[in-house]
Amino acid sequence: MLKGHQTWIFESKPIIAGSAAVGGPFEAQGALAKDFDLLHDDLWLGQDSYEKAEKKLLEQACETAIKKAGLKKEDIQFFLSGDLINQIIPSSFTARTLAVPFLGIYGACSSSMEGLTLASLIVDTGFAQNALVGTSSHNAASEKQYRYPTEYGAQKPPTAQWTVTGAGAAVVSAGGNGPHVTAATIGRVVDMGISDPFNMGAAMAPAAVDTIEAHFRDLKADASQYDLIATGDLGRVGHSIAGDLLKKHGINIPEEKLTDCGILMYKADQPVFSGGSGCACAATTTYGHLINRLRRRELSRILVIATGALLSPMSYQQKETIPCVAHAVSIEI
Amino acid sequence: MLEKFIWAFIIGGAICVIGQLLMDGLKLTPAHTMCTLVVAGAILGGFGLYDKLIKFAGAGASVPISSFGNQLVKGALQEAERTGLIGVLTGIFEITSAGISSAIIFGFLAALIFKPKG
Repeated sequence: MLKGHQTWIFESKPIIAGSAAVGGPFEAQGALAKDFDLLHDDLWLGQDSYEKAEKKLLEQACETAIKKAGLKKEDIQFFLSGDLINQIIPSSFTARTLAVPFLGIYGACSSSMEGLTLASLIVDTGFAQNALVGTSSHNAASEKQYRYPTEYGAQKPPTAQWTVTGAGAAVVSAGGNGPHVTAATIGRVVDMGISDPFNMGAAMAPAAVDTIEAHFRDLKADASQYDLIATGDLGRVGHSIAGDLLKKHGINIPEEKLTDCGILMYKADQPVFSGGSGCACAATTTYGHLINRLRRRELSRILVIATGALLSPMSYQQKETIPCVAHAVSIEI
Repeated sequence: MLEKFIWAFIIGGAICVIGQLLMDGLKLTPAHTMCTLVVAGAILGGFGLYDKLIKFAGAGASVPISSFGNQLVKGALQEAERTGLIGVLTGIFEITSAGISSAIIFGFLAALIFKPKG
């Protein structure tokens, strides 16, 4: 049901019946290591390219999520997935392996919550009993895709972020046990004129704030209704900008409630510049760490706002600014 | 002798500072930064200033990439003097050929030993 301008309320409260997070070697040393279902110590995952490694991460996340939901892949009606590689090949190739009807999506790093929103909609409207949603990113594959060849060793400023190597997947079901998706706010594309791809946090922060504002406005809600409000991958730089912007917009979120998956992911002594980023940042944190905390009843209601920078290497070379989007999903136990 | 070391250190460092400022301040890409330094070295070389800098600061001026621009121009001018206008084309890589060839050869050898694909 549409509420306000851009928020959906899922009245049947679709259940996240199973979810999984798979990570790479750097994530294994990170702050959330114990919340991953599977961690790899080899960045290549035994494959001969980083793109193939990313596909493997996504395949494993999907398999694990289906297994944890107590289902078989034949029980899944639709698979929705997106990633950062050209023509979203890790997603499409995983769909080939799964052989489940597939809808490819792209929202850059907001793909995780874009997928969860759409999967919840499909289940809520009765168009599916079980929908699988996934997304992945691979540090080295993203470096190749967006920046420089990995063997080149280009310098990065401190505002840059570290793409998470990993994949997250969740099975959204009409029945079962687990946290449920109650509402989602679809974000507008916001562009504040930042063109520096090494400062994505600052570019994405206004989009996150716009979506949080819209979510509260549409639902006539405020931060007190949530135990935790987590943005996707703003990093330390973007997180502090988002905090300032929220205050300026008169939205009061206590500091301890507002966090960012890009900050949660790694330990302070890991050299990740401003923090984590990538599709897998919000996905693995949500489908691993946050869902685990919900299941342990440490949290009862959370809002995840996955943020995506909608640039391409071409748009950057043509000196375009970076349009950004953020989608918010409310999950309860 | 010691004085030359100090100037090499200062001039070499200063050229790198310019490169860093181009990247951080003007937000040039590493490739643009490299080209800018090569062109700057070529222009200085054309006016005969870069060789003076090398004489003064030694490796501080001859090792950075700007020296490559200087040598391109120097090779072209030398050959032009000897053979006329066609020398601009035939001489441009004359001095730098050792550097270019060894970059290719050592790059190839390194690629045989290590996994060069990222």
